Amino acid sequence: MSAFSSTYSLILKDVQSELRTRYALNALLMFVVTAVATILFALRSDQPNSTVLAGMYWVVVFFTAMSGLSRIFVSEEERGTTMTLQLVASPSVVYFGKLLFNTLLTLALIVAVTVLYTIVFSGSFVIKTPSIFFVTVGLGSLGFASAATIIAAIVAKANTRGTLYPVLSFPILIVLLMTVMNATTRALDGEPFSEALGDFQVLVGYFLVMIGGSYLLFDFVWKD
Amino acid sequence: MWRCGIQVEGSYYPVNDITLTVRDVSKIFNRRIIFENVAFSLSAGESLAITGKNGSGKSTLVKIVCGVLSPTSGTIAYVVNGKILDVEQVKDKIGLVSPYLQLYDEFTGLENLEILSKIRANSVPIGERAGEVLRLVGLWERKNDFLRTYSSGMKQRLKYAFALLHCPPVLILDEPTSNLDAEGIDVVKKIVQEQQKTAILIVATNDKIEADWCQRQMHLGI
Amino acid sequence: MNFVKYASIILITFVIIAGIAIPLSPAPQSWLEFPVIPALEQKARNIFFHVPVAWTTMLAFLVSTYYGFRYLRTKNIDYDIKSVSAAGLGFLFCFLATITGALWAKFNWGSFWNWDPRETSIFILLLIYGAYFALRSALDTEEKRASLSAVYSIIAGLTVPFFIFVMPRMMAGLHPGAKGDPEGGGPVVQMKMAPNMRVIFFISLFAFNLLFIWMLNLRIRIARMEYERSSHHA
Repeated sequence: MSAFSSTYSLILKDVQSELRTRYALNALLMFVVTAVATILFALRSDQPNSTVLAGMYWVVVFFTAMSGLSRIFVSEEERGTTMTLQLVASPSVVYFGKLLFNTLLTLALIVAVTVLYTIVFSGSFVIKTPSIFFVTVGLGSLGFASAATIIAAIVAKANTRGTLYPVLSFPILIVLLMTVMNATTRALDGEPFSEALGDFQVLVGYFLVMIGGSYLLFDFVWKD
Repeated sequence: MWRCGIQVEGSYYPVNDITLTVRDVSKIFNRRIIFENVAFSLSAGESLAITGKNGSGKSTLVKIVCGVLSPTSGTIAYVVNGKILDVEQVKDKIGLVSPYLQLYDEFTGLENLEILSKIRANSVPIGERAGEVLRLVGLWERKNDFLRTYSSGMKQRLKYAFALLHCPPVLILDEPTSNLDAEGIDVVKKIVQEQQKTAILIVATNDKIEADWCQRQMHLGI
Repeated sequence: MNFVKYASIILITFVIIAGIAIPLSPAPQSWLEFPVIPALEQKARNIFFHVPVAWTTMLAFLVSTYYGFRYLRTKNIDYDIKSVSAAGLGFLFCFLATITGALWAKFNWGSFWNWDPRETSIFILLLIYGAYFALRSALDTEEKRASLSAVYSIIAGLTVPFFIFVMPRMMAGLHPGAKGDPEGGGPVVQMKMAPNMRVIFFISLFAFNLLFIWMLNLRIRIARMEYERSSHHA
């Protein structure tokens, strides 16, 4: 019971801290806008097909996330508050708190990208099967955050944090990226929900394995 | 005045029976032996000063005793009422002031205490206790100011408030008076005196005067 | 170890000679003739080199992760030395598998790189090894380097089984043995190789495993000596 309230308080602290400092949020939103604008310049007035759109959608999500999701541990490390947290919370509370916060951040990011895509690609970015899309986005952000969180914890202990983060994350996330791109294409093409079940199995399996593995290994990363 | 533990409701903490035993602890870091076979034992009402020059491993030993760093070999055991505490229980029993431990700049002094105590999620009621410790360290008037507006001495004072917040039966002070003015040092002396009466106190310092606050002294390094 | 060393040298020499010198024949009469596999023909000989090298890459990854896991359990730095030595070899073999695969693909499929599922998998493995060494060089204390890189290789290892499920769903297979292969299963997976090819293939697989063991042993001994030497300066 106390672990739940503890985790909840930690998430609340991170949300409050984020709202006050805007360490990640502003940069993430600007990044999304910049990336989408770049894509628009590249395409001029072409309306790309669903595969390309779904691919670019997740490319924007991936690189934006890589610019912001590591803050969650890097900021604690930079401010010297890692030990403070170690003294007040158990490693599993820290891991799940940070995981859920990163999931929220990823979801916020996905909402931003979706809104922007709907506006700028009004002709071609039409979600014909919303059920596939929402399940993909939900499971995808959970899977995304699960891998991004443990890598962020690792990267926070290293010297070259900024550049190292995408380098370490990409090979881990590639399976997830392929799957969510695939499922998003299905949602854009208007395929029936049952077609995407195979993708969802992979997504569920992925985040369960990632969270399980991270939970068992987090101690080694978190404790000096 | 600081009357730790006594006023706290419930059976959160019997201070009278706690023992800390450090047995043959060694730490090797990056192939350098920081220290070897450190051993001591402290019971409630006892205090120990850990001295040694820069780089002798005082802070490392403090981290090990707090359970945030694992020793290369040896064991640390906290025994309360005959029961050995596990790692997570140990944290509730320790108050730490250290240059390696910082608080959050984007929150006020009071918020820092409230948030951290909620994350700790133990049964100590925070309301009055936060006011108590803030008054003790002389930050009551500034409790609603953001930490980024605090001077380094005020931050050090707030660390004391944080360390004493949950009435720890073990208080560990690493460089206890850094950044503090004369008034701040007096507060620390008072805390040290009170803590020694009923609980365990460890002070890691270079300073001869600070080391003399404690009943025993241990020198690290050659 | 001497036995392993000489056995691997002799066997690999044998595989090179036999694998290249034995002629192809549409209707093999004797043990000294290979059958012609349609669409592969002379290029089928690559099976004796490319496949064992790719297999060794996987083996090295497993060995490295296993020693990383042992390090986390024991905190004995010798396991980290073993883990990084295996990873270094894995990187080398991964590189060789990529080169032999790409060369073969150029002649069989017309281009060096086609994003076939297996090409993608080996590419990701290459990325994982690259990331592993990038991480190691960004960590300054030995203990952190050892434990964090072990954690990373385990996390990376956890995603590997997903490739098997995900890749074939995403892209058409060109690789012999892949789903879309017109030969139905292909020579490797279905074990349709002629008996004499199969003998050479398994000798090669065995020989490359021995080579890996010998090289790993060498590397570990060198790494230990370097470790000892640098400890006097540290």
